[in-house]
Amino acid sequence: MTRGRIRAKLRQSHLYTFSCFRQTTTETEGRNSVQGSRLIHCNQPHLHQKKPLKYCSNFISTTKYNVVTFLPKAIFEQFRRVANLYFLLAAALSLTAISPFSPVSMIAPLAFVVGLSMAKEALEDSRRFVQDMKVNLRKASVHKGNGVFGFRPWRKIQVGDVVKVEKDQFFPADLLLLSSSYEDGICYVETMNLDGETNLKVKRCLEVTLPLDDEESFKDFTGIIRCEDPNPNLYTFVGNLEYDRQVFSLDPSQILLRDSKLRNTAYVYGVVVFTGHDSKVMQNATESPSKRSTIEKKMDYVIYILFTLLVMISLISSIGFAVKTKYQVPDWFYLQPQNPDSLFNPKKPALSGFYHLITALILYGYLIPISLYVSIEVVKVLQATFINQDIHMYDEETGNPAQARTSNLNEELGQVDTILSDKTGTLTCNQMDFLKCSIAGTAYGVRSSEVELAAVKQMAIEEDEVDLSNFPLHRDSRHGSGKNVARASEIELETVITANGNHKKSPVKGFSFEDNRLMNGNWLKEPNSDVHLLFFRILAICQTAIPEPDGDTGSFTYEAESPDEGAFLVAAREFGFEFFKRTQSSVFIRERYPDSGHPVEREFKILNLLEFTSKRKRMSVIVRDEHGQILLLCKGADSIIFERLSKTGRMYEEATTRHLNEYGEAGLRTLALAYRKLEESEYATWNNEFQKAKACIGADREGMLERAADMMEREFILVGATAVEDKLQKGVPQCIDKLAQAGLKIWVLTGDKMETAINIGFACSLLRQGMKQICITTMNPDTLPKDGKEAVKEHILNQITNASQMIKLEKDPHAAFALIIDGKTLAHALEDDMKHQFLGLAVDCASVICCRVSPKQKAMVTRLVKEGTGKTTLAIGDGANDVGMIQEADIGVGISGVEGMQAVMASDFSIAQFRFLERLLVVHGHWCYKRIAQMVCYFFYKNIAFGLTLFYFEAFAAFSGQSVYDDWYMLLFNVILTSLPVISLGVFEQDVSSEVCLQFPALYQQGPKNLFFDWYRILGWIANGFYSSLVIFFLNIIIFYDQAFRAGGQTADMETVGTTMFTCIIWAVNCQIALTMSHFTWIQHLFVWGSIVTWYLFLFLYGLMSPLISGNAYSILVEVLGPAPIYWAATLIVTVACNLPYLAHISFQRCFNPMDHHVIQEIKYYKKDVEDQHMWTRERSKARHKTKIGFTARVEAKIRQLRGRLQKKHSNLIAS
Amino acid sequence: SRFTQQELPACKPILTPKWVISVFLLVSIVFVPIGVASLYASRDVVEIIDRYDTDCIPVANRTDKDLKIQYIQSSVEKTCNRSLRVPKHMKPPVYVYYQLDNFYQNHRRYVKSRSDTQLRSNSSANDTDNCKPEDTTSNGLSIVPCGLIAWSLFNDTYSFSRGNEQLDINKTDISWKSDRDHKFGKDVYPTNFQNGNLTGGKKLNSSIPLSEQEDLIVWMRTAALPTFRKLYGRIEVDLQENDVIQVTLENNYNTYSFNGKKKLVLSTANWLGGKNDFLGIAYVTVGGLCFFLALTFTVVYLVKPR
Repeated sequence: MTRGRIRAKLRQSHLYTFSCFRQTTTETEGRNSVQGSRLIHCNQPHLHQKKPLKYCSNFISTTKYNVVTFLPKAIFEQFRRVANLYFLLAAALSLTAISPFSPVSMIAPLAFVVGLSMAKEALEDSRRFVQDMKVNLRKASVHKGNGVFGFRPWRKIQVGDVVKVEKDQFFPADLLLLSSSYEDGICYVETMNLDGETNLKVKRCLEVTLPLDDEESFKDFTGIIRCEDPNPNLYTFVGNLEYDRQVFSLDPSQILLRDSKLRNTAYVYGVVVFTGHDSKVMQNATESPSKRSTIEKKMDYVIYILFTLLVMISLISSIGFAVKTKYQVPDWFYLQPQNPDSLFNPKKPALSGFYHLITALILYGYLIPISLYVSIEVVKVLQATFINQDIHMYDEETGNPAQARTSNLNEELGQVDTILSDKTGTLTCNQMDFLKCSIAGTAYGVRSSEVELAAVKQMAIEEDEVDLSNFPLHRDSRHGSGKNVARASEIELETVITANGNHKKSPVKGFSFEDNRLMNGNWLKEPNSDVHLLFFRILAICQTAIPEPDGDTGSFTYEAESPDEGAFLVAAREFGFEFFKRTQSSVFIRERYPDSGHPVEREFKILNLLEFTSKRKRMSVIVRDEHGQILLLCKGADSIIFERLSKTGRMYEEATTRHLNEYGEAGLRTLALAYRKLEESEYATWNNEFQKAKACIGADREGMLERAADMMEREFILVGATAVEDKLQKGVPQCIDKLAQAGLKIWVLTGDKMETAINIGFACSLLRQGMKQICITTMNPDTLPKDGKEAVKEHILNQITNASQMIKLEKDPHAAFALIIDGKTLAHALEDDMKHQFLGLAVDCASVICCRVSPKQKAMVTRLVKEGTGKTTLAIGDGANDVGMIQEADIGVGISGVEGMQAVMASDFSIAQFRFLERLLVVHGHWCYKRIAQMVCYFFYKNIAFGLTLFYFEAFAAFSGQSVYDDWYMLLFNVILTSLPVISLGVFEQDVSSEVCLQFPALYQQGPKNLFFDWYRILGWIANGFYSSLVIFFLNIIIFYDQAFRAGGQTADMETVGTTMFTCIIWAVNCQIALTMSHFTWIQHLFVWGSIVTWYLFLFLYGLMSPLISGNAYSILVEVLGPAPIYWAATLIVTVACNLPYLAHISFQRCFNPMDHHVIQEIKYYKKDVEDQHMWTRERSKARHKTKIGFTARVEAKIRQLRGRLQKKHSNLIAS
Repeated sequence: SRFTQQELPACKPILTPKWVISVFLLVSIVFVPIGVASLYASRDVVEIIDRYDTDCIPVANRTDKDLKIQYIQSSVEKTCNRSLRVPKHMKPPVYVYYQLDNFYQNHRRYVKSRSDTQLRSNSSANDTDNCKPEDTTSNGLSIVPCGLIAWSLFNDTYSFSRGNEQLDINKTDISWKSDRDHKFGKDVYPTNFQNGNLTGGKKLNSSIPLSEQEDLIVWMRTAALPTFRKLYGRIEVDLQENDVIQVTLENNYNTYSFNGKKKLVLSTANWLGGKNDFLGIAYVTVGGLCFFLALTFTVVYLVKPR
């Protein structure tokens, strides 16, 4: 960030000298193009039709392909996968004699698999294309010459065009603002699509272009813009406008960016500067990094193993072939070794062996599951649709369903270890309610905040728990916890009810204030009512919002820069100070006093506005009221205001500070309000200074402005303070509790200050009383010497090591620690030499809260956790400031709520409310993880079971590369006969139902522990496949050895043996998958058993085809195998023998080493949960993950505490 | 809908101990009888195997491989007499097989060397591309039937007598009916077959269409393993216990160059086919194993219930 700014500054100064230089030599301008400069002839688009001034058109395309490039590009993409490339090579070789298979049997499955993937690509791309076209065909009003404007589609707009944009329209390109419907040339812009901020921004045109405000005036308008080259910096723009033989410098406030919207302004005129892909928003569009799930990465290793196996057995085969060819084949007269060809030459066994290696590599290719990738893709898309369709994750208020934006991370959802959450808008609603205030040292506002409510509730629990002590001590502890659980759920219920109740009591959005002393004009009766008046005026005037009349009620809603400001304005309105109009220079307030019936309209002339920045933490306006009195009104962070109070202004400081602390504890956001009266002369001198600073253009402008503002913002008189509640979202504490029980660690990263963050932590049970809070902060940097960086670092390091020591020495197993760190400290802690200590400490803590962090730090913390622990991280956030974090984490979740779409666009999943995260992870994540893991394991099993039989047969066929199966069987094996069951496993499998998942969040731990895709399991499945292949091959070979296999005396030929073997494989693998599944709907039944039926059906139909196609398989089922009992007998025994060990294994596991879900399944199966409530709750509490955070942890800590106390009493009694 | 909410009605079978035990028991209950039945069936089959490849060579030639080859490739009369004793009553039909050993009919070069189109109809007689290296004669005429498989057709012959009674061998209907009807054309006659200077095996009567050359049809069904039997014919009379059967065979086929054995096999067949103890043993073993597992699980379940 900083580097970018420095660069921008450098460039600006550079350009500035350049323009000075140019002013003197206007003649040479034509050829004098400085590097990195862009030349635009305003209103002369025809000059931009040929090079070098031909810039890119305004046509945008976000598609990956177009009609021409689709085939080559998409095919290239497909064959970047190693497996696909291998199959392509195999298919190409199958056209030569080297291949053991017919070409069609190699090409068809490949074409199918690749075609399917490409069809998916094409579909996705066509959606993008349609969207692009919609944008490209939007109409905009463009100057067509002679002062006539006409509509033209966006894509035809050129650089240099003059465009007229009307209210609520999007800007078609990056424009230079020339004039607007306001006479001072400002306009309001909503940039939600760019940065996710919903507030309006003001843009202001140059004064020279102000007269260009009707269509006629553009008849003869020309000008030349020189500016920077297209770049992705949204907040910088360097350039100048040459107009009327003068040069004016341009800055970002004259630039209207594409994809932002004109608001509150009737129309604007602008010159197109950047078009299409040159525009800032398009330059900014970064491809979100493609993420792959852990399972998929591990799958690659398994594929490598299989490749190694493949190469190994191919080598064995080819060596075997070479040896046989050299020593034995010359004697095999029936092969006519005297007539060799290139692939078979006993005189050159080495060469033949080499050719055979290639043959073998193709032959055993069935070890590599060609359809694995495509099956996984299909499965994931279907899983994603289930996530999208889930009614329990549909938000009725906003109508937003959950959305899996990338489907390839579904199973990663089941393996999350750490959640990194934004606070505002994620945990909280980002809806501010004006709740309390302190005016002139008196606190107002009787309603309590949610945190207070929660605290009260907790107290109630504690009282409840005291009852516990009345129970006899020696009673069954299990019973006790069961009881408590029941109670806890009651409490949860209660919370929900009260939460619902909360909604009704606030008729005015953003205003929950309740105090009769102030409402309805009663404030006049309070002592110091003049201070009250000032307080309300500051609320109403010291702001940058725009009022919008609400058609129905006649009152106003406000487009405010921050939700706090909106809440203030609403509050002011409710108090009787309605802000209703803003002009360029004035704010109009309608004041209502109860004694005089009608409202009084007052005008306040705004002289200066000193804006809010996060650095200044305050904003001020200087106004002149109707009496000519100049006032400086300021609101800002309490610490900032307090240090700027004048001696006389500290009257209420003590009381206000007390109130502020109270508010802080109650989890409210606070601001202090103050004012200062100014003398005319005082103001005039200062204003001079200020204007000078403002007029200065250059690197130091900001600094000068700041210094000027600082001069004025002193000697304040304190008026009071406000407290605004940042409401928690619905269900957040419960959700966090569940997630904690599921064993997830939750980190909160927030831009808020420490106190607020801690309060919110309490409110959502991330923190509780009795938790040891480790606060790591820096000393006040001002008090440090200049070379303090080292000292600061040392200080932090000390804190970290002390804390780690403390945790290590802690004996109580129930002790929980919370780490709270602020952004400044974090900046040091994230440096390379310290970050591991920091991480080590953070991992030991039950909850971590980072406050005052910048977006970049959020991303850095995420990366630290991701790389430092190697565990899966999930980042959740809603605003543009969370984008970095969302993209950095293994999984990014965006909240598709109030704040723009930026986070959602960058995310992998979007949900409407934080509480849906629970279902997304605990239900869908858990399911998807298990599904994919089982599916992949099964895939390897089935292909090994099949592929190795080919190898064994080679040993009996002189390693000649002959396969025992018909080509068609093998072709259908992966594509049809075994694909649907495994897809149904991947899509529909549920080990336990969704309710059970939610009731037993501890089940989720199976994912992060990776119980279903660890190497034991993978190798187990591979071994199972190996065993199956042995059984299938050798049982069949021995059964069909040499004797007759039918009553008719016929002996078995290769086709008979091959078909029987293949039948056995189909049975064995499909029975295997049936054993793997634990959830059969009609779909699974249909697919699994249907696959077996399909095989027989295929065999029958294949036998009906002309023998030229079917060869020896002609009527094989009907004539040869069907009537032979031994065929069916062999199928039966091989199938059973293949599955017997697996069956024995899983029954053994279930009986003696059950996993959590086994137990739950059994309980459900016996319907014990209905019959035996007691046992059910007991199991539930047993299955609870030991947590240190969350609601439940709070209750448990309390119980422990009480028990301990009782124990003491008891022992004391005995002792006495 | 219930589908999109993933709440379709489903059966969720789980392996409770009872289920496991009953499944294992069921398997053993089904498998053991099947095994016993197939063992009985296998015992029912009477089989006579006679290896004759060495015995049918003059003693002088037996010592050395080259001498053996020399003998078999010479044009002398190679008749050989064998006598077989019937160990048990053999009910007709008694199937006569020849068994070859170490003969890789499943070699890729061999398997591929045939032309199904050519075999099927006269019109595609020249379709010999797949038949290399035995596709055309040296002067370019197509061979029918072409290919290595047909070229290396087995050519030993057997005739049987019991005492003075000649036993007829029925050589019809030894191949698959579908092969005769649909794969080997009634209008396809052998031409240019075995005309080269190298003779692989049997010569075919060029006046009989391929669909009636059943020896060829049987031979063309390549075997899966290097040891294989092929049907030669049927004896359709009862063979009593201790009957002595005189076999007059012509030992023509060269298995000596690759050290292959030749055996003559007489066997009866029932529903199980020929003699096959393995299937029965396998069934009994698996059944027994399941019973054992069922027992183990029961014991464990009783001793240590969860």
